Amino acid sequence: MRAPVKFLSVGYAAAIYTFIFLPVIVLVVFSLQSTAFPIPPFTGPSLRWYAAVLNDTRLTSALINSLIVASISSAIAVALGFLSAWGLARFVLVGSAAMRSLITLPLTVSYLIIGMGLVILFNMAGLPKSLLTAGIGHVVMNLPLCFAIIYSQMGDHQINIERAARDLGAKEWQVLLMVTMPVMWPAIFASLFLSMTFSWDEFVISFLLTRFDTTLPVEIWNLLRSGLNPKTNAVGSLVFVVSVTFAIILELILLRRRPS
Amino acid sequence: MSVALVDIKNISHNFGAVTVLTDVSLAITPGSYTVLLGPSGSGKTTLLSILGGFLVPSEGCVLIRGEDCTDVPPARRPTTTVFQDYALFPHMSVGSNVGFGLRMKGVAKPERERRARDILAIVGLAQAFDKKPHQLSGGQRQRVALARALVVEPAVLLLDEPLGALDLKLRRQMQDELKAIQKRVGTAFVHVTHDQEEAMALADHCVVMNNGRVEDEGTPERVYAQPATRFSATFMGESTLISGEVTKIKGNTTIVKTAFGSVPIVATAQEGAQVTLAIRPEHLLLIRKARSIPFGNARVTAVVFQGSFKRVLADSTSKSGPPFIAKVPVELQVAVGDLVSPCCHIEDLVMLTR
Repeated sequence: MRAPVKFLSVGYAAAIYTFIFLPVIVLVVFSLQSTAFPIPPFTGPSLRWYAAVLNDTRLTSALINSLIVASISSAIAVALGFLSAWGLARFVLVGSAAMRSLITLPLTVSYLIIGMGLVILFNMAGLPKSLLTAGIGHVVMNLPLCFAIIYSQMGDHQINIERAARDLGAKEWQVLLMVTMPVMWPAIFASLFLSMTFSWDEFVISFLLTRFDTTLPVEIWNLLRSGLNPKTNAVGSLVFVVSVTFAIILELILLRRRPS
Repeated sequence: MSVALVDIKNISHNFGAVTVLTDVSLAITPGSYTVLLGPSGSGKTTLLSILGGFLVPSEGCVLIRGEDCTDVPPARRPTTTVFQDYALFPHMSVGSNVGFGLRMKGVAKPERERRARDILAIVGLAQAFDKKPHQLSGGQRQRVALARALVVEPAVLLLDEPLGALDLKLRRQMQDELKAIQKRVGTAFVHVTHDQEEAMALADHCVVMNNGRVEDEGTPERVYAQPATRFSATFMGESTLISGEVTKIKGNTTIVKTAFGSVPIVATAQEGAQVTLAIRPEHLLLIRKARSIPFGNARVTAVVFQGSFKRVLADSTSKSGPPFIAKVPVELQVAVGDLVSPCCHIEDLVMLTR
């Protein structure tokens, strides 16, 4: 009786993981193809298509654009999210419950809607489509997330720590910089890396808000329009590796947090 | 009379519709150890927050060294606070924690470290300079918090239930050390607690608070021996309370009529006033003595052995009689259900008019 149950549960787990990871495995495996089509039979391994990606200046500059947009927009989203979380957690404000839900509301709105709204807004403001507008879009997308993560970690037990700093003569900016931020750093870094992961992968907003210089997901989409080839697999694998790196850094930060 | 270091004048405070302090005035003399004693909700912590600058009172003012500090924020007033949860900076070493206040004042690093080490030696933690707060025990964190607040040489050190989180044995030990440290540094301490033993052990000046008012203040010996109100007679130690009415005043002797007959007592009161006679448990006798004031008979309801004495509770057999509380020698044979005859010597009776 026991053995079949165990067999079934192992089989079930294997099926689930296969279902989740098979597309990625196929992507990575056929990026190592040595012939021109990413379909069986496997002809590799070869790094030929990775070389082709790195020699394609459109792709490499899109990759650099993506990294720039991800890091700058995430830093801004975290800074704004941290300050709003601190303000709403530490001060008694009129309508603070309403402000709190309003600031997290965009989490439920689709990126397509946010992107369309920004297109109309920038059009009216006369701001041309560029990496800047895409970056602003990413701040809009990630700020609610950063706020929610940091706000959830701003417990009451830190209030007295901030008070103690003030009591000992710290000015408000010193309290923030020398006490609140260091105490909150796991939440701050977690939201930073999560934002970077999202911004790095994001397609819809970048697609709607960029024109000549664009981000990597948009460039990959351009590439896909001319059909599948192992080069798209190679660049996709690179995107995947960077995302995994962000995710691992995030896990390490959360795991290393001291209990207490 | 010495000049007050801190002068709290007619402070009232409300949180919304709730009044937490009503017309509180208090003077704190330099170098004194003041304890604010009261149950939770008595307003003692609110008063401490007002002293520390974390709250601005609805009415009244706070003078520190003669200067009006009512609206001055914590950073710019000569007070520091030791928080109940210690509120140490978890990401800094003990040395940086203690040196923080000096750093904010712009004291150079070598000087800062020297002074932090000196004060850590005073609180008995000289070896902890490079440790992190999470490596220390509760009692040690408490000392770091004390050192951090003392190193900036405040005019007044405020302690918010500083021993509340420690176990009983450690609490009694830290209590002795607090007193010794206070005598050594000479700073005025204001200490909030609900523990009357702590208050009696530490205070030069004991302030009993209840319901947002000061019930009684003075040396702990005075407050214990001659409580001013019913509340302080029962909160600062226990008392048996017998109600009565003033029937006659003869010179400096007042005759109080109680359920057990008239009692002559040396005190002043208005004729016809409702008063209470209080007897401390160690003064209540259970066997009738010559020249004592008798309080009828009572049935013993509980006998609690406390090591050096027995605590006896007894209910009066008379309907209007009070519950009696007595501390008796361990040798006295007394059991639940025994009939006893409570009495006391006249000089041990305290008349309370409030």
